[in-house]
Amino acid sequence: MNIVNILEELEKVDGEIYERLNPRRAAMKSFFNMGKKISLAAMPLALGSMFQKAYGQTALPAAVVDVLNFALALEYLEYHFYNHCIVGKTPGSSVTDVTFNFPNAASQAAITTIRDHEKAHVDLLVGALGSSARAPIAYADTDFRAGGTFGTVYSDYGTFLAVAQGFEDTGVRAYKGQAGNLLVSPGVLQTALQIHSVEARHAAHIRQMRTAAGTAVYKPWVSLGASGQANDSGVPQVDAVYAGEDLTVQANVNIANITGAPNATAAKFAAVESFDEPLDKASVITIANLFLKDGKKL
Amino acid sequence: MKHNELETKNELQEKSLFDKTVGRRSFLQYAGAGAAGIALVAAGCKKDRGYENPMMGGATLDFKNDFGVLNYAYALEQLEAAFYVKVASAPPASFTAAQKAYFQDIQFHEIAHREFFKAALSTAAIGSLEVDFSSIDFTSSTSVLGTAMAFEDLGVAAYNGAGPRLKSATFLLLAGKIVSVEARHAAYVRDLISNGTFADLNSLAPLGANNAGGLDAALTPDKVLAIAGKYIKTKINVINL
Repeated sequence: MNIVNILEELEKVDGEIYERLNPRRAAMKSFFNMGKKISLAAMPLALGSMFQKAYGQTALPAAVVDVLNFALALEYLEYHFYNHCIVGKTPGSSVTDVTFNFPNAASQAAITTIRDHEKAHVDLLVGALGSSARAPIAYADTDFRAGGTFGTVYSDYGTFLAVAQGFEDTGVRAYKGQAGNLLVSPGVLQTALQIHSVEARHAAHIRQMRTAAGTAVYKPWVSLGASGQANDSGVPQVDAVYAGEDLTVQANVNIANITGAPNATAAKFAAVESFDEPLDKASVITIANLFLKDGKKL
Repeated sequence: MKHNELETKNELQEKSLFDKTVGRRSFLQYAGAGAAGIALVAAGCKKDRGYENPMMGGATLDFKNDFGVLNYAYALEQLEAAFYVKVASAPPASFTAAQKAYFQDIQFHEIAHREFFKAALSTAAIGSLEVDFSSIDFTSSTSVLGTAMAFEDLGVAAYNGAGPRLKSATFLLLAGKIVSVEARHAAYVRDLISNGTFADLNSLAPLGANNAGGLDAALTPDKVLAIAGKYIKTKINVINL
């Protein structure tokens, strides 16, 4: 999900990154010409080579490596959250602290699917960084219990899903806040957008899993909470994940006036639901650090 | 500068938007109307053109600038909104109460998207498209869900594929705010059809998804319109793509 962040950070430390990635530059010509010949689906596989071409044969600037590795750290975080659960459910595993039971095979399969997608994103970054990739973050570096805030994350299925929803909805928002910085590099933006909507699909399914697991109903899309607040997750500890999601005006257009909903309340819900909102990088880091041990925080 | 002008026009248009009979139109009225299809005009039309080209007829999507991309999105949102208005007004008998409620939600979302683009584009907006839903059996849950999935997945592919064409970060963000909602719709509908297929990227490969990379669908506008053309009666001209 963090290709966007990567490029944004690259720009901060390397003001010429977009020049380097610009298709008019010789370094990028072959990449973009290739893009015309191959399908969009094959584009991301060329991402690693794109970075190499942008920077030639010389080593990546240290600050650029730092940024890419920061994004990679976030991807590791998400991956480990799901992977620990799946490994813990594998017969004979040494992981013994995943004590909740999946209600059925489908729910475990869904978490496995999401885990696999996060792993694919990690691999994409590792490939782009090559030998400059940071040491992998181990599961031991993480704290998905968040210092006790979510102490039952691996013993209570509902808590696990609640945290998962927070991760996915955060991921969708993290991308959105930075998308504009990728405009000068259409190929990378393309890939980032494709990651972004996968995170949204994950979020929708996790929300459905939460509904299936209990008595509360969580819409597949981000709505308003029971008291009309921005956080519809039912978990006040993740208010930061949903701050600002209750926007009803877009580009000076009052969306609540144009939904066709039958009354003001329904119109407000529809206005909030029909547009997802971005989240700035600092806020994302604050959320991510909840799940990393001291000394390992971003 | 264009953006400021656009916003001013938005404010002027809000009232008229209010008065429109949004979503009440019977789309059946279109049955039997004129010739169908999407006309993809070959590249080479490099000169500036207006949005309505009398020589071509129908609606013209001119991808020379962001307005063309936004009109492209507006066209697709018109299609989606028309579909969900019809479904929500008379859902298949087998729909559960929860399904009816969520399809009504989706209807509101798609109307909001459609009317947002109409307001944002103001005088640059293409006209209303005539749809052709003759291939859809609105009494059949299978037909309705299958069409909904096709529309949502295609919408995701369209926004993902068109995003890099935008020049304005503001417009890109707005498109980004919408595409993730479409992806949520897609996941919901897919799970209704077959639980667990919310992000079946292998099945989305024909729309440009890549499972090995964990990447969703993305298609260029010509490919999207070729697929959507089955449901659009108005001739759509594409230039400067």
